[in-house]
Amino acid sequence: MRDFREDFPIFRGNSTIYFDSAATAQRPAAVHEAMRAFNDTVNANPLRGLYDWSVRATEAYEEARSTAARFIGAARPEEVIFTRNTTESLNLVAYTWGEENVGEGAEIAVTILEHHSNLLPWQMLAKRKGAKLVFLECLPDGTVTEEEIRSKLTDRTKLVAVGQVSNVLGVENPVRSIAAAAHEKGAVVVVDGAQSAPHRPVDVSELGADFFAFSGHKLMGPMGIGVLWGRMELLEKMPPFLTGGEMIEQVTRDSAVWAEVPHKFEAGTVNASGAVGLKAAIEYIGEIGFGVIMEKERTLTRLLIGEMQRIPEVRIYGPEDPQAHNGIVSFNIEGCHPHDVASVLDSEGICVRAGHHCAQPLLAHLGVSSTARASLYFYNTEEEVLRFAEALRKVRRWLGYGT
Amino acid sequence: MELKQLYREIVNEHNLHPEYKRELPGANAVLNGVNPSCGDDITLQMKVKDGVVEEAAFTGSGCAISQASADMMCALVEGRTAAEAQRLGDIFMRMIRGEASPEEIEELDEAAALQDISHMPARVKCAVLGWRTMQAILSETNT
Repeated sequence: MRDFREDFPIFRGNSTIYFDSAATAQRPAAVHEAMRAFNDTVNANPLRGLYDWSVRATEAYEEARSTAARFIGAARPEEVIFTRNTTESLNLVAYTWGEENVGEGAEIAVTILEHHSNLLPWQMLAKRKGAKLVFLECLPDGTVTEEEIRSKLTDRTKLVAVGQVSNVLGVENPVRSIAAAAHEKGAVVVVDGAQSAPHRPVDVSELGADFFAFSGHKLMGPMGIGVLWGRMELLEKMPPFLTGGEMIEQVTRDSAVWAEVPHKFEAGTVNASGAVGLKAAIEYIGEIGFGVIMEKERTLTRLLIGEMQRIPEVRIYGPEDPQAHNGIVSFNIEGCHPHDVASVLDSEGICVRAGHHCAQPLLAHLGVSSTARASLYFYNTEEEVLRFAEALRKVRRWLGYGT
Repeated sequence: MELKQLYREIVNEHNLHPEYKRELPGANAVLNGVNPSCGDDITLQMKVKDGVVEEAAFTGSGCAISQASADMMCALVEGRTAAEAQRLGDIFMRMIRGEASPEEIEELDEAAALQDISHMPARVKCAVLGWRTMQAILSETNT
């Protein structure tokens, strides 16, 4: 099998074990090269200039939009809005669709598993509008049951926001069931795809989403470029989010006519080189294939959880089945604070995340104040997993326990 | 000092067997200090009389560095005047920023071992929690 690691300059000449891809993924050389080519050959402000470079910059930017649209099965490229990241995408929906459609007494539903970026925009919206924020609770392993969905969605529910894959437990939410139930109640469905889009094929219409958000940097693209996809009939009715340059048809002293979707939502100079980098990352994923990516992640996760389960003091959170973890393994070591665990692992050249993972309500629900988290991607190796497990076995001794 | 050595030689002992981690009945100066990013949470309790820290103790939970540092802080300031404790707190803060002289650092006794935390920005907040809470408590009690 091809050695993927050779595609990643950051892995060359060192033995650092990078187990934090759920925070941000590493970037293959193809992404750097695509961005460099843009910057070195056509850089100009897209959508404005009448000269060759600007025209080509515009083409590169719009090709990236088409690539992103195909990547998630969007009906039309214009349904893809470029943002900075998932957080901005979700805020865009809250401040436009939410502002116009959620009123006093309405309900917004989220799952308790949400990342703060798919919680706070709705919490704030509910406060602004006098609406109620309703939580779909999960079982200890992260499961949101059908009964929970049916009991929490009501005729007052206007919007349901759900992460496809939890960044803490790795568990997949039943998005299709949630979407079906939400649509029965006439609510729109916002899906946070930050942790799913890098790891599996996504088809937004099959998923039942009305909006779908993801970040470029978690799927090996650059930081600072993200996507919001929305159904065209919704996007067309929404007011703009930010206003300013290049999002208008016409401006007078006291009024303005907005540009067509998607440009209505892309005020100011856009991140064209970022979009080009995202396109290269999506093409790189296409070249490897999700089949290979998913198989590799499954093998690694099974090995990782198996090794960790052999250490008696290690507690793993989330589903029993390693396959249900999507490469994300949150854990604690008895008697050791996760920040100390992460620090001593760092001194062994191992990168893991520790803390509340921007999901404090979930951790409170699970009765945990913080955890360490190892998260894998297809470029990790079995040898890394074994070295990680070996280091993990020593953590308690490094932190002063006898064994 | 290499991180694992720091834990082994200083931090682990103070974290696992802290001398000053207990309730202090009759404390007349009590303040809670938190470090939201780590979830470190301590309550510092002191008996301050005639401008002197007669006793110091803390309760709470958090990472080993926060707990050990608070333990060392209590050991250092007990029996000293509030002004002296403030001065040592100031030295500790400057040590963590890499701005204290070797002579000053020596005054911090065991806590001097934490000077290498200045190279670990992610852990600075853990190390200073107890000290910053002590400084706040003594400014508030106005002794």
